[in-house]
Amino acid sequence: MNLLWLVPTFPLAGFLILCATEGKLPKVVTACIGAGSVGLSAIVAALVGWEFVTSDSTSCSQVLWTWMVVGDFNVSISLYLDYLALVMVGVITGVGFLIHLYATGYMWDEEGYSRFFAYMNLFVFAMLLLVLGDSLLLLFLGWEGVGLCSYLLIGFFHTDPENGYAARKAFVVTRVGDTALILGLFLLFREVGTLDIQQSLDGARNIWPDGSTMNSAIALLLLGGAIGKSAQVPLQTWLPDAMAGPTPVSALIHAATMVTAGVYLIARMQDLYLLSETATLCVAVVGLVTLFIASFTALVQSDIKRVLAFSTMSQIGYMFFALGVGAWSAAIFHLMTHAFFKALLFLASGSVILALHHEQDMYKMGGLWRKLPIPFWSMFIGSAALAALPFTSGFVSKDAILLTAAHSETLGMTFWGVAVAAAFMTSLYTVRMMYLTFFGETKTEPHDKSKANMWLPLIVLSALSIGGGWLGFTVLQTLFGDKGVHFELHLKELVAIATMCVPLLGVLVGCVLFATKVFDRKKLSDSALGKAVGRFWFVGWGFDKVYDTLIVNPFRWLARVNKSDAVDYLFRFTTLVARIFHNLLTVSQNGRLRWYALTMFSGLLFVLIVVALI
Amino acid sequence: MNVALLIGLLLAAGLVAWGSERFHRSLPNWVALVSFLVATIWIVFVWLNGPSEGGLYGSQSYEWIPRFGISLTLRVDGLSLMLIGLTTLLGAVAVVSSWTETQTRQGFFQFNILWVMAGVVGVFSAFDLFLFFFFWEVMLIPMYFLIAIWGHEDKSYASMKFFLFTQISGLLMLVAIVALVWVHYDVHGIITFDYDTLLETELDSSVARLLMLGFFIAFITKLPSVPVHTWLPDAHTQAPTAGSVILAGILLKTGAYGLIRFVITLFPDASQEFWVYGMSLGVISILYGGYMAYSQSDFKRLVAYSSIAHMGFVLVGVYSFNDLGIQGAIVTMIAHGFSTAALFMMAGALQERLHTREMSKMGGLWVRAPRMGAVTMVFVIASVGMPGLGNFIGEFLVLLGAFQKNVLLTVLAALGIVVAAVYGLSLMQRSFQGTPNPDVPEMKDFAFREMSVMVVLMVGLVWVGIYPQHVLGMTDAILPLLGVVP
Repeated sequence: MNLLWLVPTFPLAGFLILCATEGKLPKVVTACIGAGSVGLSAIVAALVGWEFVTSDSTSCSQVLWTWMVVGDFNVSISLYLDYLALVMVGVITGVGFLIHLYATGYMWDEEGYSRFFAYMNLFVFAMLLLVLGDSLLLLFLGWEGVGLCSYLLIGFFHTDPENGYAARKAFVVTRVGDTALILGLFLLFREVGTLDIQQSLDGARNIWPDGSTMNSAIALLLLGGAIGKSAQVPLQTWLPDAMAGPTPVSALIHAATMVTAGVYLIARMQDLYLLSETATLCVAVVGLVTLFIASFTALVQSDIKRVLAFSTMSQIGYMFFALGVGAWSAAIFHLMTHAFFKALLFLASGSVILALHHEQDMYKMGGLWRKLPIPFWSMFIGSAALAALPFTSGFVSKDAILLTAAHSETLGMTFWGVAVAAAFMTSLYTVRMMYLTFFGETKTEPHDKSKANMWLPLIVLSALSIGGGWLGFTVLQTLFGDKGVHFELHLKELVAIATMCVPLLGVLVGCVLFATKVFDRKKLSDSALGKAVGRFWFVGWGFDKVYDTLIVNPFRWLARVNKSDAVDYLFRFTTLVARIFHNLLTVSQNGRLRWYALTMFSGLLFVLIVVALI
Repeated sequence: MNVALLIGLLLAAGLVAWGSERFHRSLPNWVALVSFLVATIWIVFVWLNGPSEGGLYGSQSYEWIPRFGISLTLRVDGLSLMLIGLTTLLGAVAVVSSWTETQTRQGFFQFNILWVMAGVVGVFSAFDLFLFFFFWEVMLIPMYFLIAIWGHEDKSYASMKFFLFTQISGLLMLVAIVALVWVHYDVHGIITFDYDTLLETELDSSVARLLMLGFFIAFITKLPSVPVHTWLPDAHTQAPTAGSVILAGILLKTGAYGLIRFVITLFPDASQEFWVYGMSLGVISILYGGYMAYSQSDFKRLVAYSSIAHMGFVLVGVYSFNDLGIQGAIVTMIAHGFSTAALFMMAGALQERLHTREMSKMGGLWVRAPRMGAVTMVFVIASVGMPGLGNFIGEFLVLLGAFQKNVLLTVLAALGIVVAAVYGLSLMQRSFQGTPNPDVPEMKDFAFREMSVMVVLMVGLVWVGIYPQHVLGMTDAILPLLGVVP
């Protein structure tokens, strides 16, 4: 347990070494440091985890040093490990290592190889601090740190201004959420007097045994942060653009780890949410709306990475939804399985994209399944898990969520209905993606150059995408113990069967729709209504447009207009007045004797008149 | 420590530097650099030795004009020592940053730099109001020369504007000082400018309010806060690099220092009543300064406006009237000193290479000078308020303190965090990222001289960011004197 501090230290060391050497190391060495540091971290994490699981304790912490003390405000830099953190650490270091390994091959021919791994290592470090932080402030450090790395990596190819735009958009939009989060911290500190996570949860339980508005306010402010980071409605607009980053980045940051930080935050602050029905309902609704909107949007995208981005949004929506309906362990479980299969999908699509010379448009792909067997089968398995087909990990986790939702007291069946409808859409867009990419006629000839370092992660992740579900859930449920697991199924069998069958139905409909000519898709999409709806879905239901019109454009306009600072006119006016007087008086100094005599005389006259009048 | 000796050393070094020009052109640079380094090392030793009883690091008092109760009272407590340390360190940074920039009258240039710094050290340690005012003026005039002689295209306008703003607001302070002494004389029959004695003066609340305003206006002009900030963008844009480094790194801090040392201690009740105005001005500075920063297309002007936003946090912190807010304000002062000095040095380095500060003529510079790009990135994200770096600690504590005082103003101030991200990243994008501009000539990347300074500043920021306890611990002792609610 004493080795816990080493887990984040290795990636930090990797980052520092890569920075200090300024990219002068040979590529092989860079790759070894970049991927190796995360690998070492994974090994240490496994050791620590094993020790932790076999010990009797349910949590342990390690204080490193005092961060700051001001009066009653006392924060230390300390790490805290419990089962929730352990699952997260496992995902971050395990999946993180596989993605790093993949990236050593994927990025081989790119400029800035060393810079890339430096950023990636920094990201892993920050993400580990986020999940291991004992206080909300350390969590916030990690939270902002991952945001920074996300910014750096989205804009990794910085000579293209569009990447820069996407990167800044991601940073600024999530910052809006972060502001809510930090206000939540202020409020929590004011009410409870500490930012230590466990102490503040205890405090909240004592101060508000039956919940209160204040408690709900804090929970909602934290939710604001979670929404930004996890790309949920209404702060979701940055995620699709974030796909401008290299594909391993999308896999690691924008699918497997960072975007799930919001889910982690809410799960971490579970007790705060359990005390507030308003807050939990909001979490559920946010998740539900997002998963619904995103699954429709994914159906009409043409860029394969954007399909996956919207699908990520919708899957995280499922996690939020799960948190909101009280399926806490199912949410974390889905987080884990999603990390496996979504990382797999991204990496596999990365292999396809690389083989097609950075072609991302699915309409220019097709017929690749024989030519790229490993990416195809990986993607096939990942898609099956995404669509939650039976015998995959995605099935186990999503089923758990949907059944708990159906069981929940508030709006059970309505919630279930919407979520199942979205599950149907998930199957539909997954089939479409698979069909367009791998079947039909070949439009672009692939050149697969991938080596073991690229296909090995695919195979491991494929195995996890299938197997991860079966070993996972029972283990997880026992590990979380009584902590918020309300997963008992006393359901009418119909609901359970329906939940299982809907994805299969979706696949069936998808196959008929996309792979056969039974229905004329063109007719549907070319009709006026079809076009309008398709357009609306394609742009992600118009959120960007609304924000641009209401916020971004007025902001820019005002900046342009007021560039020279209106306040300064106040002072410039003063100088102007002084100048005018100066000029007037200058005119009087014309050097002519007559003029001087005249003014002297009139002055004298003026004085005399004044004296006479008084 | 003997501050009088330190001030004397800097003044003498100024004369030596001026004279040494006739022997070798770069000799003045070395004289200035060595004296700043010696001073810094000296202060580090004093700091390591710890304070004597009573929390002071040094205290001297000499008679000056006994007839009017004016004496040379110099005293160094934790706050003063820290700011003096920042002063001498940034003095060295300023000298290095202008190493090759100034081509003419090097001796006089370094003379001015050393004398400004001597004035600043005096301001940070004077405990006699007359002496304080004296040093306040001492730092003004050499600064005026720095801008007026070695400035850029619009230097005479900018230097005159700087001079007038400071001078007029300084006049208000002088009036307030004299009036305070007069009131004290009226009651006790003794003329004295001694800080400790004047602290005891009982004032009518309306008189206190007026006198407080005199000091307040002088200090927020220096800080600067909206609406009296407009001298700053011009002064910064036109000043030579060393001038900007000193101006942003140190001179602005004298305003913040004055607020803490004089306004809220001499007029505690009047200041407490005034909190809502003080804090509102701070919030307006944060938002307006940040917004104006985003509007700029001149690299240096953008950084100048961002300083206004950061100093807004200081104002908010001071007027929170609790330990969190004031400690936050102090940490912000130190961290802003590091981060902004670096950004101004970067602006100077870019101007030296590209002969422009206009960002539309930059773009894609990372490709040509990756070190400069990476360094700028670090300081931009520091200025954006990334946790782990010093600025975050300051701003976080300020907001946390302000939240206890007023929720609405804190929420508005917190929006400044978003605005900071907008202007910070836009600076990065327009200068170093994006399509490489084909018109940009070949440029040298940072070499050892510049990198060593930048590394020192980065280490400073990380240090304050992950272990701010050194800063906080030094100023703990002054909090009770400020009458803040703990």
